[in-house]
Formats: sequence, C-alpha cells, structure tokens
Amino acid sequence: MGCNVDSIAEKLAEKQKEISIGEFFERNKHILGFDTLTKSLVTAVKEGVDNSLDACEEADILPDITVKIDEIAYQEYRVVIEDNGPGIVKRKIPDVFGKLLYGSRFHDIRQSRGQQGIGVSAVVMYGQLSTGRPTIVRSKIAEKEYAIEMEITMDTKRNEAEIVSEEVVLWEGKEHGTKFETTIKGLLRSGEHSVFEYLKNTAIVNPHARITFHCDGDTTVFKRATDQLPPPTVAVKPHIEGIELGTFVKMAKESDRRKLGSFLVNEFSRISYRTAREIASKADVDDDTNPSSLTLDECKRILKATSKVKIMAPETDCLSPIRSMLIKKGLKNVLKGYRPEFYSPPTTREPRVYSGNPFQVEVGLVYGGDLPSEGSVRVLRIANRVPLLYKKGGCATTTAIKNIDWRIYGLDQRGGSGMPSGPAIIMIHVASTRVPFTSEAKEAIADIPEVVDEIERGLRECARHLRTHLNREKRRKKISRKFRIVREILPMIAEKSADIVDRDVPPLETVMTKIMGVVYVEKSFDWENGVCRGILDINNYTPKEKELVIYIEKPYPETELLKSSIEPAFDGEYLKWDIESLSSSKGESIEFEFDGGLEKEDVGGLEVYVEGVKETSLIGAETLPDDWGVELAEIEKE
Amino acid sequence: MEKRYEEAMDNLARLATQIYEQLGGGEIPEMQVTTRSKSNIEFDQRAGVWKLGDSKTKRSAKKLSGARMILRSLYMMDFIKEMIEANKSSTLREMYYISEGWEKAKFNDQKESDRLAEDMEIITDCLREDFKLRPEEDGARVIGDITIEERTRKGDLRRINCRDDVGDSGYTIPYNVEEDKVNFTDIGVDFMIAIETGGMFDRLVENGFDETANALLVHLKGQPARSTRRFMKRLNEEEGLPLVVFTDGDPWSFRIFASISFGAINSAHLSEHLATPTAEYVGVTASDILNYDLPTDKLKKTDRTALEQELEDPRFNTRFWRDEIETMLEINKKAEQQALAKYGLDYVTDVYLPEKLGEIGVL
Ligand SMILES: Nc1ncnc2c1ncn2[C@@H]1O[C@H](COP(=O)(O)OP(=O)(O)OP(=O)(O)O)[C@@H](O)[C@H]1O
Ligand SMILES: [Mg+2]
Repeated sequence: MGCNVDSIAEKLAEKQKEISIGEFFERNKHILGFDTLTKSLVTAVKEGVDNSLDACEEADILPDITVKIDEIAYQEYRVVIEDNGPGIVKRKIPDVFGKLLYGSRFHDIRQSRGQQGIGVSAVVMYGQLSTGRPTIVRSKIAEKEYAIEMEITMDTKRNEAEIVSEEVVLWEGKEHGTKFETTIKGLLRSGEHSVFEYLKNTAIVNPHARITFHCDGDTTVFKRATDQLPPPTVAVKPHIEGIELGTFVKMAKESDRRKLGSFLVNEFSRISYRTAREIASKADVDDDTNPSSLTLDECKRILKATSKVKIMAPETDCLSPIRSMLIKKGLKNVLKGYRPEFYSPPTTREPRVYSGNPFQVEVGLVYGGDLPSEGSVRVLRIANRVPLLYKKGGCATTTAIKNIDWRIYGLDQRGGSGMPSGPAIIMIHVASTRVPFTSEAKEAIADIPEVVDEIERGLRECARHLRTHLNREKRRKKISRKFRIVREILPMIAEKSADIVDRDVPPLETVMTKIMGVVYVEKSFDWENGVCRGILDINNYTPKEKELVIYIEKPYPETELLKSSIEPAFDGEYLKWDIESLSSSKGESIEFEFDGGLEKEDVGGLEVYVEGVKETSLIGAETLPDDWGVELAEIEKE
Repeated sequence: MEKRYEEAMDNLARLATQIYEQLGGGEIPEMQVTTRSKSNIEFDQRAGVWKLGDSKTKRSAKKLSGARMILRSLYMMDFIKEMIEANKSSTLREMYYISEGWEKAKFNDQKESDRLAEDMEIITDCLREDFKLRPEEDGARVIGDITIEERTRKGDLRRINCRDDVGDSGYTIPYNVEEDKVNFTDIGVDFMIAIETGGMFDRLVENGFDETANALLVHLKGQPARSTRRFMKRLNEEEGLPLVVFTDGDPWSFRIFASISFGAINSAHLSEHLATPTAEYVGVTASDILNYDLPTDKLKKTDRTALEQELEDPRFNTRFWRDEIETMLEINKKAEQQALAKYGLDYVTDVYLPEKLGEIGVL
C-alpha cells in the first residue's frame, strides 16, 4: 500500500509545474471581466478609459478622451481609445500593453483607478485570443517631435510582449497622448450594461473630463461641467488600524529599521514616537526590540494594543473625493434631460479605515421630474471615480441600500426592506487607496462591515434631505390648495350667498385667517424709465397679532430709495421696515420707489425676508437666512 | 306661485342664509348632508320601506373639495330660484350644460350634478320636481281601464281613459305625477302589473291581458324612473290597487323589484314617497326556471357577484329572497321573461300568469 501512495505522489509530481500567469488568466477570463460578449466590449473600453483618466490626472492635464467602436465583422469590433495624456515612453510600451501584472500603481498607497497592472494588457490578450489580431499602440510624449507606433501581441506562456512591427510616425495636431486600437469579439448592446451607460456615468463622476463617443456612425459628446482638475493624490504609508497580521509580520521582517519604535513611526502613517511608546507598553513589548526579531505572539499583542491607543485617522490627501459641489454639477450636467425636481445636497463623509486602508464614501441622490417612477430606484455605483456596471447583487452598495427602511424617507419599499422603488437615482462613490473589490475584474465592492456602515450613513444623510424636501412639497401643495379656497372659491361663495339672500357681501378676513393660518406677503413691481415702484402687501392670516420686520435687498448697493410710504428703519444695501403690530386678519401695505437707472430685469428676483414668523406659517417670502445676521452685525458696526 | 315651489324657495333660501351667516360671523362655512350608502339605510317599520339612517357627511370650506361643493350648491340654488321665478323647468342634463358657465363651480360630469341635485332634496326636504328639475328620459307607458285627469301645458284639465283614449303604445306617464298635474277619476281595473321588458309588455297588450285579467299594464323600461314608481305608489295608496311585478329572472331584475318595493339606496330619502311595500313579485323566479323548465343562460361572473351582494343586502334578507337567490346560484342559470314563449305565444297569458297570480291571490 505504502509504495502505491509514493508512486501516486511521484506521478503527481511529474505533472506539478509552474503555471504561467498568462495561461492562468487565459483559462479564467471571467476573473478579468471577459465572460460574456457584451461585457467584454464594456470591459475593454473601461480599462482603456480608466488608464487615460489616471494618466491625465497624474500629469495635471484636463482629460480629453475619444472612444470609437465599429463593427467590422459579425460580432467583431474595432475599439479605439485615444487620450491627451502624457504618453508612454517607447521602451515601456511593450510591457504596459503586453505584460500582465505590470503597472505603476500596485505598490503605491493612494487612490487611483488602476491598481493591479492587469487592465489594459488583459484587453490585448483577450483581443488576441478572440480574433487573432494584434493591438496597435501609438503614443507621443511632449519631449519628442514624433510618435511611436507599435503592433503588439502577447506570449501568454512567458507573459512577455512581442513586437510585431514598430515605426516612427508624425502625429498631426497632437502634443502628447496615447491611442490604442484592439479588435475583439463582442456584442454591442444598449441599456443598463452598455458602453454608453459606462461612459455616461463616467462623465457624471468625472465632471472635469470631456469624453467623445463615436459608435457606428453616431457621435455623443459628454462635455465638461468644470475646468477644475481633482487635486493630485499623494502616496501615503499604510495605517496600522486593522492591518492584517500577516502583512504586519512581513513588514516587520523586511524592515530596515532596527528598533520597534522607529519601525512603527516610519513605516506607518500617523504614529508619533509617543504613540509608538504607548503601543509598545500596552503590548508589553520593549520598544527597542529589533522588528525583525519580533515573535508572532508579540506582533499579535502589538496589533491588539493599537486598538487601545488613540491614533489619528489616516491622511486624506491620498484620497480624491469628488466633493459635493462637483457631484451635483456632474449629476446635473448629465441628468438635466430628466428635469429632476430635487438634487439632494451630496454627502462627502469623513475618511475612515478598513484593514489599514483609508477610504471615503460619497453619496448623491436625485429625485422626481421625468425620472421613471416605476420599478426600483437606479443606483450609480462608483469606485475611485469608475462606474461599476456588473454584479450589483453582490456589492456593498446594494447591501447598504437594502439595510435601510426607505419608507420613512418617502420612497416606496415593499415590506421596508430590499430595493426601494420610485423616481430616484442614488449615486454612491467609494474612494480608497485600495477599494475592496470582490474580484480582479473590479466589478463589485466586498461587504466589509466598516464600508457598508459608512455607505449606510451617507445614504441616510441624503435620504433625510429627501424627506425634508418631500415634506416641504407636501406643505406647499396643501397651502396652495388653501390658497385656492381663499382666493378663488371663498369670494365666490360670499358673493353668491349674498346674491341669493339679497344682502351685502360679507367681509371675509376672519374666515380666511381661520383657513390659512399664515402670514402672506405679496410683492409686485412696476417699472418705468429706470424708476421702479414696488408694493409689498403683508397680510396676517393667523389668529395672533404679529410683530414683524420686513427686509428687501436692493438691486444694487448704490440704488437710491426715492420714496417709501412707511419710513424704513434702515436704508443701506438693503431696506428694513419694522411693523410693530399687525392684528389678526389685518394687512399692511408698503409702497416704495427706487431710482438709479435700473433695468427691468434688476427688480425681477428681489427677495423679501420676514422676521417674526415661523417658516411654516409664511408664504410669499423667506424667513431671514442664518448668515444674514453675520452680514448685519458687520454693517451695523460701521 | 304654487305652494310647493314657494316651500322649495324658502328651504333653499334658508340654506343660503345659513352659509351667508356663517361667513358673516367669521365661521368657516359648512354643510351637513345625510350619507347615502348601503351602510346607512334602515328599515322603517311603520312605512314598511328602507330609508336613510342618521349618519351625516360634513362638507367644510376648510378643504378644497368641500369649498367647491358648497359653491356648487349655491350656484345650483340660484339656478333653481331663477327657474321657479321664471316658471320654467329644465332637465338634469340641461342643468349640467348650463353649469359649464359656472367657472369654479362647474361640474366634471353629469353624475356629479345629478348627485348634488339629490343632495339638495335631502337637505331641503323637497323633491327634485319641486326644483323644476326632471330627468331627460320620457316616462313609461300604461294601458288599462283607468281614467286620469291631467293638467295640460295650457293649464286646462283633460280626461284620458288609459284603455279607450290611447293608441297601442298606451298613456305616457309625465315626469310630474303629483296632484297638481295628475289625478285619478275612475278605476276600472282590479290590480296593476309592472312589466320589465317592452317585448313582454307588447305581448300582454296584443293578447288583451288588460281586459281578460282586468289589469293595468305598466311598462317599467328597465330600472323604473321616479315618476313611474310614484305613479304606481299613488294608485296603490289612493285607490287601493294591488301591485305585482313581472321581470326577467336574473339578479338585476331582482334589484328592479327591490327599488319598487323596498326603496332604492340612491333615492332612499324618498322611499316613503316612491316605494310600494305591498308590491308582490310574480317572477321569473329561480323556482320558475325549474318548474316550467325554461330555456336559460349560464350565470356570468358579474351575475354571481351581484347575487352574492344581494345575500348581504339587508333589503333581501327574507326567507323568500334568500331561497330564490341561493337556488339561482345553485343551478347557475338565469332566464328571460320571453323564454316562456317556448310553449307558445299565449302560454304566458293563458297559463303562466293565471297560475302565478293565483298563488299570490290576485286572480
Ligand atoms: N493611456 C496611458 N497613458 C499613460 N500611461 C498609461 C496609459 N495606460 C496605461 N499606462 C501605464 O501602464 C500601466 C499599466 O496599465 P494597466 O491598465 O495594465 O494597469 P493599472 O492601470 O496599473 O492597474 P489595473 O489592472 O487595475 O487597471 C499603468 O499603471 C500606467 O502606468
Ligand atoms: Mg488600468
């Protein structure tokens, strides 16, 4: 028996040999996102565009990217991607496009789209496997007058690039940039999982990029919504919180430092000598110990101790969040066709850490208008500014959305769990030095508890804004209904009943007050030859007497007040009137005149502010904004 | 002006005054209307009919819909007032078209204005006819030996014998059958028979059933108009004529009988005025279908639901109706009146009706 086992082991040993990475991926195309024809096309475009955006941002260039797709034979597409990035130096071109696991970002701890050095070489490999054609790369760097064009294939066994041909060419009108052309088997579809959708969503979260898409004769241009490049990211050291034991042991073994203290201070972020000493003492390890001689148990104790010591959150300059204003701009730029009724102020959460990797969550929410109200809400899932189109079900973003009872925020959701439905789009951006993807194809974010929790918090922030908006809308509708009663119906009831009983029309103020319960301000402006006459009618349709202060901005600080029926309490950049007592059901009217060569448009949008009434019982004007007080104090000091 | 219109005017003015005074007193105007639904009808032991209960619906100008209803009511009042003053009348449909010009008070469809007219009856305790409003459908026909005195448009009285002075289509019941318009001077028949379909009415006329059975034939034309029901009610009450009802054998025909005998839900506020509680049902019953082996149709799904609803309806909660409804559901069949023609054209007058009326004790 024993000898038999030996011989089997021997036999197996004959078969056991190194598998080349290329061969491995060739057999496991799905890991890289080439499992279906439709997806293969999307993946090819995505890898190219991601690289172009990374390269442009690193070189501080506003990206201008062109994607071109043509069907050249049945289910065979030529894909061309061109950018205005820094270009690639000649000697590196073969490795970038023809060697898997070759890249500039694998060892850097900072946010970038590319992480693994697989992306574009996998496209080259897939193209070669599916159509047998080489990839043509052209690249020009600013320092050279000419561009290099190379035809590249890949030796998957040796994981090496093979150069089929190489020539020097003039690239008319191009200072720098890279273009590559691959032919792949694929299928061009429209809808949720399409190249178009990927580019559209890319444009939303990269409002600084201009993307042109030529597809079978049609051209779409996603214009820039901003000329502001995201601030450059800086590579950082790992953060010790939550780092895995194995990684820590490996770092300690390989460290050049001779003392634990300086190892912790120099190879991790945010650790001072004081903190290092505190960790060492809590872990009961001498801080002079040579890191390479730490025992496994000591390493364990050190990591355990870090949780008892307060360590600052990681630096955030390694991350590049999109930030509220640009998220909103990006969403507006691409979604304006739907005329959404509400853009929730986007949320950018504070950075946090999972397993030593800083990450940051951003959430945006768009509601109403012409967005389809049937079916689930649409979700834009973004990782490091790259839209994710596949594996929605197994993604942390979906988990977080499903964890929330959306009904309390005003969206429909059957049974208070699962995907909510209604006319809404939710955008979730997870930025990290290492986004925890579920696979090399970078299609979904893993359910890391810290990440899910942060997404959930971000979602709730936006959802609260939505609820506030919907409540305000509801109130507005209710008030506008009451308005119609008081304005249109009640006077007719009064007239008709008076007519039937043959008596005078009764006064309506008291009844109006009972129905409305608000202070109503009506402003009207009349413009003639540069002189502007304004009338403010203030009606107290509440049961109580009110003491009010009325403010109105002047069109320009130098605009002069010619007349006012009530003497203003302040006349400067704005006007202020005190109305000391306005009884219930009574009204007050202020008539005034401005001079100063005003245009008709100048008086159109003048805001009226009122002090002395709650926001909920005021129509036709705004309550005094919070920051108005600051301005006031300054002016009154002078 | 006649007293009934004077009363209507007074009642309407009272309602307008109420709203006017609420407004003047600084109160939000409101109106109370008795709720009309299956859940708000009660059996009146004394009158033997189903009437509206006490539950009320409030219409307040606090709500947009309530404010609009109050405004519409005022416009309708004003319109009625003008008609009475000008001694004109209009159909409900005409009023609906006129309301197009009422701006914020106009209706979305005629159902709304018809319903509001009924509400006004309830609120003022008057009849639609007192408001000079009438339905557009022409009245039903009657044939038989009774003599009627009718006041013509010109104001003079005309005597009409409903057998001798009319053609084959009979005497047409006018929309107003109150005493100021119609009175009965001579009654030569023993009972009234109300018939659902025109085909059967004509059959009985052709066979001379009015003379052989000494009956007044009344054509219902489906769900009978108010004037038809009122006409029969007056003959029953004032002249003591028994009323029997002869319809198709299906759930919808049962409802026709219910509205004649018990009172209809929509006009439950007028049950005492319109319903004839002593009316008897002749057929076609479910038992007739079995006993006379009549040609039938299968019940449709809507028929079955209608029957099931009737089992829940308090008005049908008698031994006779429960048995008949359950039997019909069981055999899953319905039959038309004219199915009796299976045994020849004279069968209905020679055999069926004599047998059935005999059972009831009318013949
Ligand atoms: N358009 C480009 N312009 C300039 N440099 C590029 C361009 N495309 C790729 N590179 C360089 O080639 C490297 C390899 O790209 P590749 O897509 O294979 O990997 P990656 O982007 O680093 O990681 P990932 O596998 O996650 O995409 C990049 O790291 C980058 O340095
Ligand atoms: Mg890449």
